[in-house]
Amino acid sequence: MAIYVLRRVLNMIPILIGVSVIIFFVFAMTPGDFVDSNQKLTPERQAELRALYGLDKPVLERYFIWMGNVLQGDFGYSMQHQIPVTSLLNQYLWNSFMIAVATLFLTWTIALFIGVFSAVRQHSWFDALVTLGVFATMSFPSFFLGLLLIKFFAVDLHWLPVGGMISTGSQTTGWAYVWEVAKHMILPVIVLTVLGVGSLTRYFRTNMLDVIRQDFVRTARAKGLKEKVVVYKHALRNALLPAITLLAFELPGLFAGAIITEKIFNWPGVGQIHMQALEIRDYPVLMGLTMLLSMLTIVGNLLADIMYGVADPRVRIK
Amino acid sequence: MSANAGTVSEKNPGVRAKSAKPASPWAHAFRRLRKNRLAVTGLVFLILMGLFCTVGPLFSPYVDERVTGANFNRPPSAQNWLGTDNLGRDILTRLMLAGRISLTVGIASMLLSVLIGSVLGAVAGYYRGIVDQVIMRFADVLMTIPSLPLLIIMGAVLSDLKVPSDYRIYIVMLMLSILGWPGLARLVRSQILTLSQREFMQATEVLGLRDRRKIFVHLLPNTLPLLIVVATLSVAGAILSESVLSYLGLGVTPPTPSWGNMMDSANSLIDFQKRPWLWMPPGVAIFATVIAINLLGEGLRDALDPKMKK
Repeated sequence: MAIYVLRRVLNMIPILIGVSVIIFFVFAMTPGDFVDSNQKLTPERQAELRALYGLDKPVLERYFIWMGNVLQGDFGYSMQHQIPVTSLLNQYLWNSFMIAVATLFLTWTIALFIGVFSAVRQHSWFDALVTLGVFATMSFPSFFLGLLLIKFFAVDLHWLPVGGMISTGSQTTGWAYVWEVAKHMILPVIVLTVLGVGSLTRYFRTNMLDVIRQDFVRTARAKGLKEKVVVYKHALRNALLPAITLLAFELPGLFAGAIITEKIFNWPGVGQIHMQALEIRDYPVLMGLTMLLSMLTIVGNLLADIMYGVADPRVRIK
Repeated sequence: MSANAGTVSEKNPGVRAKSAKPASPWAHAFRRLRKNRLAVTGLVFLILMGLFCTVGPLFSPYVDERVTGANFNRPPSAQNWLGTDNLGRDILTRLMLAGRISLTVGIASMLLSVLIGSVLGAVAGYYRGIVDQVIMRFADVLMTIPSLPLLIIMGAVLSDLKVPSDYRIYIVMLMLSILGWPGLARLVRSQILTLSQREFMQATEVLGLRDRRKIFVHLLPNTLPLLIVVATLSVAGAILSESVLSYLGLGVTPPTPSWGNMMDSANSLIDFQKRPWLWMPPGVAIFATVIAINLLGEGLRDALDPKMKK
């Protein structure tokens, strides 16, 4: 097991280097930077700023300086907000995290129940309905779903707020504040849950169908166990096992922030920062974010591999 | 030489006998597909949508996009079935023209990523070793970077470079396929790895075929069922990505219409709240097209996979 984990960790290194090279050069090669976009500056001041931010050095040297800093956890300095990228992220990360956790919980619960239930009743009308629903949720453009929900629930019915995290000028504290934030969270969480629930439901359904056909399930039935015990104890446990690796893949999503959904609902999260940084070409923030997400993806993949190795000892040998 | 001739003459009657049989695997698959009601519905809808976008504008009196000052922001009526936009253009006609662009971008970027993905995947799976390492590590790297941020920054660069609207659609296709090929390459590679172990590949070895022939005539055609399914589904993905990018103003940009950039009007508060006919039709068009593609793709998967139990 230790060797297996070690090999996985070593595998990460070339990917990490490749990712950093691509991210750095995509951003370094893009025309226009923060200094350019401010036309009030004199050429001397521009040169001064470039020297200050290290933009005047050769590209290759800049890459190694940047990479060295990233490895020490220093993602640079936001030019727009004038604070380190890490503290900027720290301010907004938790707003995105809140939405992501609620979404994750809802998605997995709903998908598990519906997926297993429709597998047990394969070919029933419920199953057909679920199949159709899965396709529908997988085919929604995220922004269209968000816009529709805002239009109906916020604009037409006035049930829920249009966007933001708290109402404008609100001074609530304590439980009233919690309630207010929760109300603002409902629509974005619904959007993200609907977008994610389809594929996961299908995954659980297929897994469950595979397991239910296996011999040990037939044995359990032949033994005279109740159908409930057969399905929910013997079959379900085995169908759930592969899903733990999927959970690891969710890791980057917890912190990534949903760019589109946050933009539409004006939610002050990482995705929102991302779009703002893009508009004024705040490259340290953009690079830091993309790098951070890629690193989380790599760690998520590693965790998935390790969990898979724990769940299924056969993969460790190869 | 004589041995070679022998195998050929022995092979030929076999081939003839096979093609004389009533049902090829493809005919089988087609019959299975026809029985799948959802997939057929999807296919029929896609054909209709294709006709709507290609032939439809020919029947519209509003194709020349003349800006008629008196007619802007009209709600749906007998003359303009889906209303008009803030420049007085007929929404229904624009929907058709935008569909041409969106469908073209989806299909073209699929074709390109299938081309890159299958060739690179096949080469990696066939040659193994260092070639495989280089190609697949590169694919891993591309799959690790979150795709939406990367697409967004590439779109922003296009805007900085002031790329004209006409060229942008080609670059958007290219961008989508650059991010689309790694997944395909991975699938094709794993198929090639198993196919290489089969007897018919030993036969090609014995016959002394060249590598190029082995890969393109004997290996890749065998991955075709899988490729067809994945390619179909990837058109849906490409259409969705294009619509998101264009909605953000970073993909296909006006004056070229696309379903995504037609929805840009939802970004203005008044249009969003008071004039849903501006942004709802393109949204519905994207949704319906993508769901139809997904249904067809899944139907194809069931039809082409002989191992499926029913």
